[in-house]
Amino acid sequence: MRENVLEMRNITKVYQNGVTANRNVDFSLREGEIHALAGENGAGKSTLMKILFGMEAPSDGEILLRGEGVRFQTPQDAIEKGIGMVHQHFMLVPSFTVAENMVLGMEPKRGLGIHYEEAVRMTKALSEKYQLTVDPRAKVESLSVGMKQKVEILKALLRGAKVLILDEPTAVLTPQETEELFKQLLLLKQEGHTIVFISHKLKEVKAICDRITIMRSGTSAGVFNMADVTEQEISRLMVGRDVMLKYDKEESFYGPPVLDVKGLTYVNALDKKALSDIHLSIRTGEIVGIAGVEGNGQAELVKALTGGLDGRVQGSAKVNGSEISNLDIRSIRDLGISYVPEDRMSQGAAKEESISDNIISTRYRSREWNKGLFLKGKSIVSLAEKLIEEFKVRCSGPAQPIGMLSGGNMQKVIVARECSIDPILLIAEQPTRGVDIGAAQLIHQKLLEMRSQNCAILLISADLNEIMELSDTLYVMYGGELVAAFDKPSEVTEEELGLYMLGLKKQQGEHAGRSVTSDAQVL
Amino acid sequence: MLKYFDVIRTLVSVAIALVIAFLIIAMISDQPLETISIFLLGPISTTAQIGNVVEMSIPLMFTGLSVVLLFRSGMFNLGAEGLFFISGLVAAIIAIYASMSGFIHPVAAILAGSMVGALLSVIPGIMKAKWNADVLVTSLMFNSILSGIGLYILNYHLRDAAAFSNVSFKFQETARLANLIPGTRIHTGLILVLLCIVATHYFMYHTRWGYELRMTGSNRAFAEFSGIKTARVIITVHLIAGFLAGMGGAVEVLGMYSRFQWSSLPGYGLDGALVALLAKNNPLSVVGAALFLAYIRIGADQMSIMSDVPAELVSIIQAIIILLISAEQFLKMWKNRQLLKEAEKLG
Ligand SMILES: Nc1ncnc2c1ncn2[C@@H]1O[C@H](COP(=O)(O)OP(=O)(O)O)[C@@H](O)[C@H]1O
Ligand SMILES: [Mg+2]
Repeated sequence: MRENVLEMRNITKVYQNGVTANRNVDFSLREGEIHALAGENGAGKSTLMKILFGMEAPSDGEILLRGEGVRFQTPQDAIEKGIGMVHQHFMLVPSFTVAENMVLGMEPKRGLGIHYEEAVRMTKALSEKYQLTVDPRAKVESLSVGMKQKVEILKALLRGAKVLILDEPTAVLTPQETEELFKQLLLLKQEGHTIVFISHKLKEVKAICDRITIMRSGTSAGVFNMADVTEQEISRLMVGRDVMLKYDKEESFYGPPVLDVKGLTYVNALDKKALSDIHLSIRTGEIVGIAGVEGNGQAELVKALTGGLDGRVQGSAKVNGSEISNLDIRSIRDLGISYVPEDRMSQGAAKEESISDNIISTRYRSREWNKGLFLKGKSIVSLAEKLIEEFKVRCSGPAQPIGMLSGGNMQKVIVARECSIDPILLIAEQPTRGVDIGAAQLIHQKLLEMRSQNCAILLISADLNEIMELSDTLYVMYGGELVAAFDKPSEVTEEELGLYMLGLKKQQGEHAGRSVTSDAQVL
Repeated sequence: MLKYFDVIRTLVSVAIALVIAFLIIAMISDQPLETISIFLLGPISTTAQIGNVVEMSIPLMFTGLSVVLLFRSGMFNLGAEGLFFISGLVAAIIAIYASMSGFIHPVAAILAGSMVGALLSVIPGIMKAKWNADVLVTSLMFNSILSGIGLYILNYHLRDAAAFSNVSFKFQETARLANLIPGTRIHTGLILVLLCIVATHYFMYHTRWGYELRMTGSNRAFAEFSGIKTARVIITVHLIAGFLAGMGGAVEVLGMYSRFQWSSLPGYGLDGALVALLAKNNPLSVVGAALFLAYIRIGADQMSIMSDVPAELVSIIQAIIILLISAEQFLKMWKNRQLLKEAEKLG
C-alpha cells in the first residue's frame, strides 16, 4: 500500500454561528492518487478542505503531513508545504492579465518594478509542461470560466503544489471543458501530483478517481476504493439514513390541479438548457416528488416557481389559473404558496434574530398579526410557543436567536413557518437534508398531514427513501428534463430509480412529464 | 454563557481599556493616584460637571441612535457627520432670520434641520437600493460635499463681520432651547432625544417597519425570500436615520450656542459609530453608551486641566475599545470552547 502523504484525524469544526460543519472526520490522501470527496451541499466538504488549506482553524483534531504534525495558520503556510487549492469561487484579479495573476505576491523583480516578460515566460513554460493552454497576456476578465480555472490550477502549480485541492471544479464547466479538465488531471497524476476532487456528480467521480471519501451531515460516511463501490452505493451513502423510514399513508382524494406547468424551459447564463420542456401538474391533496442527483435542474425548477429567475423562462406555470412564472416572490407568496428552501442558512432564516421573528416573516403583513403599523406582540409570541411545542423544537423559548439551534431544530422552525400559514401549494426543497432522524420524521409526518388537509405539495429531494415513501406521483429529473414518471412510487425499486437518475435510462415515447399530466386529466 | 457573549465582550473591552489607561497614567504622571481620581471622579464631582457630561451626551445620543438604525439594517453609513453640520446650519438660518414666538421658533428650526437631514440622507440610500453603491463610500463623499456647501453658506451669507471670528449672526432669543436644570447647561434637547430613543426602540421591536429593517439587516436574502421589499426598507431607514441626525445637529446648535460656530465638520459621524458599537446596535443602550463616552471625555478634560496628563488619553481608550470590540479574534478562544461544549451537549 502506498504511503499516506497526508492525514486529517478526528477533525471537528464548529463555526462562530454554532454550526457544526465537521464532526470527528478522518481523511487521508495517498501519494499520487486522485481522491474524490463527495457529499451533498452543506455536508462539510469545503470546510474540511479549507481547514487543510489553512483558511479555517479546526476546533479540534490534528493534521499530519508525511507523518508529522502540522498546523496551518494561513493558506501561505499550506502553500509552503506544497498544498494548493482552487476554490469554488475563483480568486483572480479580473483586470490583471493571466501572467500578472500567476505571479501575484511572488512577482519576479527587475529593479524596483515587476519583470513582466519573465512572468509571461514562467506562465508559458508551466502551461506547456502541463498542457494547460492559456494566453499569458490575456486579461482575466476576458476569459471563459474554463480558462479561469486553468489559470487557478497553474497558479497553484507555480507555487509548488504537490497536493492539489479542487473544490467542485466541474460545477461551472460545460461537458467539453469537463472532459478536457479530466485529461489534465490525469496528466498531473502521472507527474506525481496528488489531487482532491470535490464533487457530487457521481459519474465524474467514478471516471477519474482512485478512492472516495463520502461525507454526510458533517461526518465521514466511509472511504472506499473506487472499484469497490457502485454509483448507487455512493449515492445511498451520500443521502441515505441508516434507518429506513416508513409511513402509513391514508388514501388521498385528489381534487383539481393547483399547479400546472406547461413547457417550462430555461437557458442559463452558460448557455446550457437547465430546464427543458417541463410538464407537471399537482392536484390538491397530492404530493408530487422530484427525484434526481443534485444539479440536474431541480434548483432551477424551484427558482422558476418562486420568482428566482425573474421571468426569464419560456412556457407557463399557473397556480389556480394565474400565471406565476413572471411574478416576484412576494406576489407568489400572496397567492398562498409556501416555500421551504434548500439552503436554510442563507435563505431560510435570519440567524441572529429570534425564533418568533423567524416564524412571522411570511405572515407579519397579514391583518391577523398586526394592527396597522404595529405588530401584535403577544399573539406572535403565543404563536411561536404553540409551534415550538407542536414541532418539538428544542430551544430555550421564542426569544432565542434561531442561529443557536441545531440544524434539525432550525429546519423544524422553518417548516413550521411555511406549513402554518395554510398554503394551497407547498414547495419543499430538500426539507430534511442534513437533519437528524427525529426531525426528519416529524417533518415527514407534517407533510403528510398537510396532504390530508388538501394542500398540494411539490417535494424535491435527493433522498430516495424519503421521496419514494412520501410521493403520490414521482418524477425523475436528469439533465434538466423529466425523464421518468411513476404513478405508484412505492412499487419502484431504488435500483431502477437510480438508472433514471444517472441518465442511464429514459422513459420512451410520450414525454415522461406529459404522460402523467394527461392521465391526471382523464381521472 | 454563550448568550451573553457580546455583552461580556463589550464590558471586558471597556475594562481592559480603562486598565490600560490607568497604566499609562501611572507611567507618565507624577501623582498617578490623584490623576486617576480626577479622571474618574471629576465628571461626577459637582452638579455643573454632571451637567457637562449630560449635555455632551445629547448629540452623542442623536448620532448614536441614527447610526444604530443604519447599522442594524446592514448599512455601514457614516453620513451623520455631514448631516449634523448642514442641519445645524439650516436650523441656524431659521434661528437668525425667522421671527416667531418662543415655542414655535425652535420647533420650526429643528423640524427644518431634521427634514433637510432626511432628504440628504436618502440620496446614498437610493443609490444603494437602486445601484448597490457602497454606502460607506457615498456617505463619506457626501460629508465632504456638505461640509463645503455649509462652509460656503457660513462664510458668504451668515458670517457676522462684527464678531471677529468665523461665526454667524446671533440667533434670536426665541429660537434658543430652554434650560432644563438650573446650574447646568442641560437643555430641553435631552427630553427630545430620550423620546426619540424610546420611540426608536418601539419602532424597531414592535412595528412592521422595524421588523423589516431588522430582517433586512440580519440577512437580506432571507428578507427577500420572505417577501420583504428590501430596497424600500433601505430607503426608509436612510430617511429616518437622516431625520434623527439632522435633529441632533439642529438641537445641538440651538441648545448649546447663540451663534453657529462650527468651522469644520464636528466629528459626530464617527462618534455615532462608536456609540452604536458600544450599544451593540440597541436603541435603549444608546443612552448608557453615550453617557459613558461623554463621561470619559469630560474626565479626560478635567485631568488635562488639573494634572500633568493630556486629554488625548481618551483617544487611546476609545481606540482600544473599538479595537477589542470589533476584533474578531478577541475572546474567540473562549467562545470557541463554549461552542464546542454546546455542540457536544447537543450530540
Ligand atoms: N463561514 C461560515 N460560517 C458559518 N457557517 C458556515 C460557514 N461556511 C459554511 N458554513 C456551514 O457549514 C456547513 C458546511 O458547509 P460547507 O463546508 O460549505 O459544505 P459543502 O462544501 O459540502 O457544501 C453548512 O451548513 C454551511 O452553511
Ligand atoms: Mg462547498
